[in-house]
Amino acid sequence: MTHDTVIRTDDLEVTYTGKREVTALNGVSVDFSENKLTAIIGPSGCGKSTLLKSLNRLHEIQPNAEITGEVYLEDDPVYETDEPLPEIRRRVGYVPQKPTPLPVSIYNNVAYGPKIHGDYSREELDDIVETQLRKVNLWSEVEDRLDSPGAELSTGQIQRLCLARSLAAEPDVLLCDEVTSALDPISAEQVEETLADLKEEYTIVMVTHSMEQAKRLADDVIFLYLGDVIETNDARTFFENPQNERTQEFVEGHAAVEYDDGDDTAPDSTADAPPAE
Amino acid sequence: MDRYAEQRLFGFLARASAALIVAVLLLVVGVTIFRGGRVFLTDPAVAITPPGSRYMLDGGGGFLHAVLGSLFIVVPATVVATTLSLSTAVFLQSDYSSERTSDVINMFLNVLWGTPPIVYGVFVLTVIIAVGAQTSLIFGIVAIAIFQYPIMTRYADEALQSAPDAVKEASYGLGATRFETARVTIRAALPGIIAGVIMGFARGIGDAATVLFTAGRSTQMPGGPFEPATTLPILIFEQAASFNAEVRSHAYAASFVLIVAVLALIIASKLLAGRYARFAPGGRQ
Repeated sequence: MTHDTVIRTDDLEVTYTGKREVTALNGVSVDFSENKLTAIIGPSGCGKSTLLKSLNRLHEIQPNAEITGEVYLEDDPVYETDEPLPEIRRRVGYVPQKPTPLPVSIYNNVAYGPKIHGDYSREELDDIVETQLRKVNLWSEVEDRLDSPGAELSTGQIQRLCLARSLAAEPDVLLCDEVTSALDPISAEQVEETLADLKEEYTIVMVTHSMEQAKRLADDVIFLYLGDVIETNDARTFFENPQNERTQEFVEGHAAVEYDDGDDTAPDSTADAPPAE
Repeated sequence: MDRYAEQRLFGFLARASAALIVAVLLLVVGVTIFRGGRVFLTDPAVAITPPGSRYMLDGGGGFLHAVLGSLFIVVPATVVATTLSLSTAVFLQSDYSSERTSDVINMFLNVLWGTPPIVYGVFVLTVIIAVGAQTSLIFGIVAIAIFQYPIMTRYADEALQSAPDAVKEASYGLGATRFETARVTIRAALPGIIAGVIMGFARGIGDAATVLFTAGRSTQMPGGPFEPATTLPILIFEQAASFNAEVRSHAYAASFVLIVAVLALIIASKLLAGRYARFAPGGRQ
């Protein structure tokens, strides 16, 4: 990859030590390039979300996660560091899979990040809120009801609100965890369009179940299988000329028979079916 | 029995038990409101008139001393217990303590909840005797706060646990600290937390046993935090045992005041919780 690397992992290994020990990532070393959208794909329970969350240490919310290796954010270590964890997470924002508003107004959802990280006047906050809501194409839909609860928006609107909320914290990298999987097709398309706009300005790492979505949006693709990186390549090469045999199978849709859903305690062990593509 | 007969039988039992609960409640509340209301409404001033010097004997004056005593004891106690129980409940979440720790603490809280209030009363009385103090309002506050604490903590813990994990994840994902995230989670759990606070308040204002040994059974206006005081439930007990018919009838009036206050609180909490529920993710409740 010729572009500048913003964030990279070095031999990252994550193990969940619950009732049953599960290795979610098995020594993963990957790079994420600046102002590109990198899609992480792979079957359910292969460690996609774990890789995503380990980039800003969000998996640490979960008890029983053990990690070795390192993540470098512009050459600063993310794990062996004195920098407070909230600062790292501000630089590497996260948009959850399930569209979840904070239990406050639309305005305060967006203003939350700026409020906790900085000292802004009311006018500055107004400005930030408007700018970010415009970026995600939500402004015109909510400008006359900024004080009503975020929870009263539709699911698709909430997901765009979540994007705006993350952007307002001014991250360098944006992590998106299957952000369209809970949405109806029309809302999903709107969120995709927003992401396509955003990748001009931001480094985006996106976990997705949908091969089609990765084809439409991704510049680079990382293919994970049972905690190992099978192939990482630019999207064109990945889909048109996969180098690895397993990637070929997966791209063609033959790998589906080998998926083993529900055999993972990792946070991404959702009940979603493997992609049919 | 075929499956449809089973279904009819169960339907009957379910409806019958619901009807029983409602009937008993209506009877208790209805009799109190009806008989109490009759006494109270003929002379509502009894609730805001200080007692005469021989109130228990001749029923002269009113029972403002007990109304104020209840407020002065239960309001501060609820504030103290709410602060303590919210802190504890936040600590019990996975951000602060392991599942094992919170299980053990929850077990203690359950035991505390099940402890008869008279035991708290005697416990605080022992402390009073040990430090050589006298029964007074301040010890009433302490005893009621101890009594409310496990109730409120269990409610707050349940409410916080049922707040969606995604809220926590979103907040941490924006770079919030643990404390900031706790505040967001509390906000998401507010309807349940409010229910717990009101439940604690209602239980506290209705309890006699804890106050009996700690604040005393004063028949005068509360004189300060270190003077004896009394509350409505104790007053009702004493009024009901009086020889004087007028004092006995005041017991109904006092019960009326108490029950209306509790009902008003519950309605207020429903309204308040509903306001905050609009903000809760996923539109819970």
